[in-house]
Amino acid sequence: MPLPRLIPCLDVADGRVVKGVSFVALRDVGDPVELARHYSAGGADELVFLDITATPHGADTLVEVVERVADVIEIPFTVGGGIRTLEDASRIIEAGADRVSVNSAAITEPELITRIAERFGSQAVVVAIDAGADVVYTHGGRRASDLRTVPWAVEAAARGAGEILLTSIERDGQRSGYDLVLTAAVRDAVDVPVIASGGAGSAADVAAALRVTDAALVASIVHENPEGLPGLRAEISALGISLRRVEERR
Amino acid sequence: MSDVVVVDYGAGNTHSVRAALEHLGRTSVVSSQPELILNAPWVILPGVGSAKSAMEHLEETGAASALRERFAASHPILGICLGMQLALQASEEDGGVKGLGLLAGVVIRLDAPRVPRLGWAIVDPWDEAYYFAHSFVAESPHRVATSEGWTAVVEHGAFIGVQFHPEKSDAAGLNFLDRCLSRA
Repeated sequence: MPLPRLIPCLDVADGRVVKGVSFVALRDVGDPVELARHYSAGGADELVFLDITATPHGADTLVEVVERVADVIEIPFTVGGGIRTLEDASRIIEAGADRVSVNSAAITEPELITRIAERFGSQAVVVAIDAGADVVYTHGGRRASDLRTVPWAVEAAARGAGEILLTSIERDGQRSGYDLVLTAAVRDAVDVPVIASGGAGSAADVAAALRVTDAALVASIVHENPEGLPGLRAEISALGISLRRVEERR
Repeated sequence: MSDVVVVDYGAGNTHSVRAALEHLGRTSVVSSQPELILNAPWVILPGVGSAKSAMEHLEETGAASALRERFAASHPILGICLGMQLALQASEEDGGVKGLGLLAGVVIRLDAPRVPRLGWAIVDPWDEAYYFAHSFVAESPHRVATSEGWTAVVEHGAFIGVQFHPEKSDAAGLNFLDRCLSRA
């Protein structure tokens, strides 16, 4: 298997990073490009940007952010939030994102997963699942759907998803550790990689997630102390998880 | 003239390859024009999209013939991911696709525990991690490096092909690109 991945996630609205980033060293703490550069330098294996914009011009702003991010980092990144059509996905990928993440739109219209996969390859499609106990939620975790988590993950993979981003909405923000039972259940049921999300409070939590799955998303634990990312990686490695060795640029 | 022509085959992400080249101080242009492909100091065949539509685009624009002619003249070409796979004789992708045939070898569906194979993996014998994202893999007598046993790098004449994405592989990837482009 490839090496386990540690993936900082940034929430973006109207081209600005929102929520929970407390920063000292940056010129502009709300600039997603600055933060992307910073996390990339700190050894992030990938980044995820989730757009939570609710304004009419949000899409154009997001494409601009994606282009600027693609200009400054040389690690892969995924962009999600508000992608409803193949055209939305194309704009984001052509602007330089490696993958798009689809959530509610994939539930309303599962064919979207297949269409993006056929155009760009399944490695370019992440299906994000916000999971309650074992029910899938939509609308940012506010509305329960009639889908069950594991069967939906299986269907998403069968339709062409190249990765599942599994967020436990009960653990999200709780810092009590990832939902390892749910993560393991989803990972056992599909043959694509699974990213665990929701609940990271410590290096030990991340290490525990990386023992059961391919990648772990982190948010507040890195945003509170962005300078601490290399240290976090070292702690996780010391717990026996073989993260990639970050090379020096020659 | 630009240092590098990044071959356009009508799909996806040439942005990242160009950004990486810019970091290395190399100028680039995205094109499928045969005369540019023939005469550039370096040509990069990037790697996003499907094999079938990529080959169709290359044949229609005359880029395919230009790449074969360039290879025959021993002028350097770097193939990345799908761009490396297209240089071989044939691929199983999309129900079977004939490749450029620059190198002996075929592309088969990847039989890995998880497909797509996504993430950072060590390339041997280089002992460095690069970023991979693939569902197909090359089998070729020209392979010179592997990753978990699968073909990671092929090299033959003036063609070098990598299954990983150097433009997404952080410092290791930039260092690779720099070594590669400094060679000619």
